Amino acid sequence: MESSRDNQPSPDSGLPAKPQIGGEATLAGMVESPAFEQPVRMPKVAAGTAFDALVHGSTLVFLALVLGLFVELLWSSRQSISTFGFSFLWTSEWNPVTSKFGALPFVYGTVVSSAIAILLAGFTGVMSGAFLAEFCPPRLSQVLGLLIELLAAVPSVVYGLWGLFVLAPLMRVYIEPFLQSWFGFLPIFSGAIYGVGMLTAGVILAIMIVPTVTAISRDAMAAVPQSQREAVWALGATRWQGFRMAVLPGARAGVFGACILALGRALGETIATTMVIGNRPAISASLFAPGYSISSVIANEFTEATTQVYLSALIELGLLLFVISVIVNGVARLLLWKVFTTTGAQ
Amino acid sequence: MKAISLRSRRLRGAVGVFTAGLCAGGVAGILLLILGYVIREGIGAISIGFLTQVPHPIGVPGGGVANGIVGSAIIVGIAALMAIPIGSLTGVYLTHFGRGSFCSAVRFLSDVLSGIPSIAIGLFAYTVLVAPLGHFSAFSASFAFAILMLPVIITTTENAIRGVPHEVYEAALALGVPRHSAITRIILPSARSGIITGIVLAMARVTGETAPLLFTAFGSQFWELNPNNPMAELSLQVFTYAISPYRSWHEQAWGGALILIFMVFVLNIGARVVLKPKFRS
Repeated sequence: MESSRDNQPSPDSGLPAKPQIGGEATLAGMVESPAFEQPVRMPKVAAGTAFDALVHGSTLVFLALVLGLFVELLWSSRQSISTFGFSFLWTSEWNPVTSKFGALPFVYGTVVSSAIAILLAGFTGVMSGAFLAEFCPPRLSQVLGLLIELLAAVPSVVYGLWGLFVLAPLMRVYIEPFLQSWFGFLPIFSGAIYGVGMLTAGVILAIMIVPTVTAISRDAMAAVPQSQREAVWALGATRWQGFRMAVLPGARAGVFGACILALGRALGETIATTMVIGNRPAISASLFAPGYSISSVIANEFTEATTQVYLSALIELGLLLFVISVIVNGVARLLLWKVFTTTGAQ
Repeated sequence: MKAISLRSRRLRGAVGVFTAGLCAGGVAGILLLILGYVIREGIGAISIGFLTQVPHPIGVPGGGVANGIVGSAIIVGIAALMAIPIGSLTGVYLTHFGRGSFCSAVRFLSDVLSGIPSIAIGLFAYTVLVAPLGHFSAFSASFAFAILMLPVIITTTENAIRGVPHEVYEAALALGVPRHSAITRIILPSARSGIITGIVLAMARVTGETAPLLFTAFGSQFWELNPNNPMAELSLQVFTYAISPYRSWHEQAWGGALILIFMVFVLNIGARVVLKPKFRS
């Protein structure tokens, strides 16, 4: 911290200890670490004020950024909002030529692909979390845990690449024909098979969010007090029953929060979805058909938007995504906070 | 509850544990599968030329992603310069300055911000930097990345500082050390490795990001070192190559993906394995 020449003590610096004592104080004897061995020189009061200002300033900058994010998206989409009003949300015509914009196909695509993702990843992730927290040796749990956390770190463009060149052909040749031959009477498994489409996007999203579900539900289960398990074991329960009766109920809010948080990830995921969802703004009952999502239409069309109202409509989609994810993440965080503060875990 | 025989309970338990193990193994297996596939496809594309040349026009063999690798480093570097001071000082605010509901609100916003889709943040960077200035730039990409890094840095700084025993801080105050000196000279150095872990994890996160770059950095086929101009970035190159119709570009996309995964994993494993034990001791 740079100390200023100004010796005037600032009246509004709420320091707990005013540095009126001149000279030097040493803390070396207190903590055995090289960081503490240097004498701590008493700086001038102004340095304290400056540090206070920096800390408060940074926090304000952070808050301004978050608020600015919302205000700016709202302001930049004003033209679209005033032109289309709420009908933007439930009309399905998306035509840049006639400047008619309705977001329904994109909202549908985002919701359906994310729903598939959370259906697949929810159970798998919670069970994986249970295995890591309850049923496997600690060493194995660490190794698997690291692998699963690395899975979360794989860039989404890599998932997209793999989805496009490996998963989509696999879906087209094996999985989707198989589903169609057994469940083809259901509308969701009928129609032409393309490989890229809603189901493939859902599967890729599931792979991308399963580490989130796993890691957080593992932590939530580990935070359930040991005495709860022991109480059930003492009554003669097996390990599995202990898990079902003591751990799962105790970790319910955390597991639920993990799933909602993962759902938020899926809703906003852009690049991987764009690469495998098919990018066709249509609503079809079949999950095999190509669709489109809010984030992928922004990614694909933003730099090609030629008119102001087109640009504004795309930014309104971004605003929609922002609002949805604030709500989803807000709910998830409130749930998780409750879990991890009441149980005393981190 | 109805009585169930021990045999049946054991059987159910075995099935349950087996299912759980299958799920965990499956999830970890998928990572190995994807990783193995990227290595198999990517290793063939990587050569000295791939790492040192800029992209060649389509039809001309060879070419590489050197400008993208350098671009990634520049964009992430500038983003880190912006995010580190703001993020870590906000973390300090949360531990030593803020009180009550305002402090909780800041923490809550940081947690919520970490879940905002990166593409929305890219749009924000577009509307505040790209549109007013009239051109795409690497700097606007750094701005978007900095916002993405902030929540990670804030949370890890806060946790790292909370890991330092409060008695140390109180002892410093009791000796007459002013608050700012106690924080900058005692608390922050003690929490240093935790904070650095957070910074490196945040950098790993944005290195893999692509979406905001589409309308901020925009990409470039040439060497570009000026952050005021459009710049190539590795993950954006992988995306462009992957969705192109050319087979030779697909091969380069796998090569680029391998390098990208390598960079992200080095940052991630480095942060977890190398830095964390120091913090705990």
